[in-house]
Amino acid sequence: MTSIEDLRYTSEHEWVDARDGVATIGITAYAADRLGDVVYVSLPEVGDTVEAGTVIGEIESTKSVGELFAPMSGTVTAVNEALADSPETVNADAFGEGWLLKIQYTELPELLGAAEYQELTRA
Amino acid sequence: MTDLPPDATVRRSPLHDTHVAAGAAFTDFAGWQMPVRYSGDLAEHTAVRRAAGLFDLSHMGEILVVGPDAAAALDYALAGPMSALQERQAKYTLLLAENGGILDDLVVYRTGVDRYLVVANASNRGTVAARLRERVEGFDAVVEDESDDIGLLALQGPRALEILQNLDGLDLRADIEDGSTTPDALAALRYYRCIRGEFEGRRILIARTGYTGEDGFELYTAPESLRALWTSLLEIGAGAGLVPAGLAARDSLRLEAGMPLYGHELGLSILPAQAGLGRAVSLDGKGDFVGRAALESGRPADPASEFAGRVLVGLAAEGKRAPRAGYAIYNGQEDRDRIGVVTSGLLSPTLGHPIALAYVDEDLAAPGTVVSVDVRGTRLPATITSLPFYRRDRQRGAAA
Repeated sequence: MTSIEDLRYTSEHEWVDARDGVATIGITAYAADRLGDVVYVSLPEVGDTVEAGTVIGEIESTKSVGELFAPMSGTVTAVNEALADSPETVNADAFGEGWLLKIQYTELPELLGAAEYQELTRA
Repeated sequence: MTDLPPDATVRRSPLHDTHVAAGAAFTDFAGWQMPVRYSGDLAEHTAVRRAAGLFDLSHMGEILVVGPDAAAALDYALAGPMSALQERQAKYTLLLAENGGILDDLVVYRTGVDRYLVVANASNRGTVAARLRERVEGFDAVVEDESDDIGLLALQGPRALEILQNLDGLDLRADIEDGSTTPDALAALRYYRCIRGEFEGRRILIARTGYTGEDGFELYTAPESLRALWTSLLEIGAGAGLVPAGLAARDSLRLEAGMPLYGHELGLSILPAQAGLGRAVSLDGKGDFVGRAALESGRPADPASEFAGRVLVGLAAEGKRAPRAGYAIYNGQEDRDRIGVVTSGLLSPTLGHPIALAYVDEDLAAPGTVVSVDVRGTRLPATITSLPFYRRDRQRGAAA
């Protein structure tokens, strides 16, 4: 896994690990903490085409529901099936085992660097 | 991600620094920055159900009504029979508007023959104090908003009693008539009763009340005493499984217990009977009170409200996706089949399935009725159930 310093981020509190045309996507530990205990994750299906900026899933905690936005356009190549039984992994290891899905893309939009994202969470 | 609560620099508990040091996350609640969680919502929720949790409720409003006519004044000002309370007895009651709608729900303690403590929701503190001041005019009684001078902790859970019994520095003997010890007096304290005493030399009021569905106590004391009380309780309770618990757990616990929350299940356009709170209103036991004429008229508090003609029910569903506040309820596929609205909901940590409180048309409110809830674009089935969703095993707890 790429270190969190080298990941890229969205203003919607998602992290993106993009390499060789496939991006692994999750939510940041900051977002997971703010949501509270994640109890249900709804994700698109493998093979789905997604469009950058649209809602493609939901992350539900005891307290609230967060929407998952596609950071880029592309095709879903994998979703983290383990989260169906263990959604708490999103809290326990947001940047690792708590990953959400992989998207195959042709073009990557401009994303935030780690320093820029940290600035955002400090606001 | 959306729906992240905004940061806010607002009022803070006297324990704020303690919470920060404990790693709490905060939420803006009624103008206060209060702990929403420490370790995690679910762990805190489960700790209260199985052992105990400690809540900082410094944001709640504490309003004193004092004077020879305090009982009569509160009989007029509130919906319940306040003059019928014995000393040291507490009562859940309502502050009604002229239209019969609910301005706030309250717990009122009679702390003396001419002395009452009215505990209000943080968001309604100003309203409650102002309405009480208006309504006691003509009575020999005064209203004092003591919220800034009274702190409140809630110790809740099946092991709350044994933890409190072990609290060093707590002395209730001045208020004990039969010569028993402080631990024995705590054990003997009945549900919705309170006792006064001292903790490390400062006055404390201990009540067997709460908002979690478990046995437990609420502890009223000076803000200066809160830190010592908080720290001591957590130290002596650690072995029994006591953890600090935030507002997230408080909300999930009260929802499982079927208890209403102002702004969700209660409001100005809702009559007590609609909320299942007819028992909190004393139409027969006393004379006139604000809201009485409206209740007797049978008219809705606000005919244009989405609550008009609807009553509070419980909903239970299968799966993991919870109906949440504001979601529409239907009894058919058409938009015109809308029969109600969800006011609170979550995936129940204790029961493992989604539960919700909702207002539905009165004639469709029978338990067993199957309805559908629009969960963000998907109609999911739910069944109307009787409340509460969760009831503790009273054999375990000591409360009467």
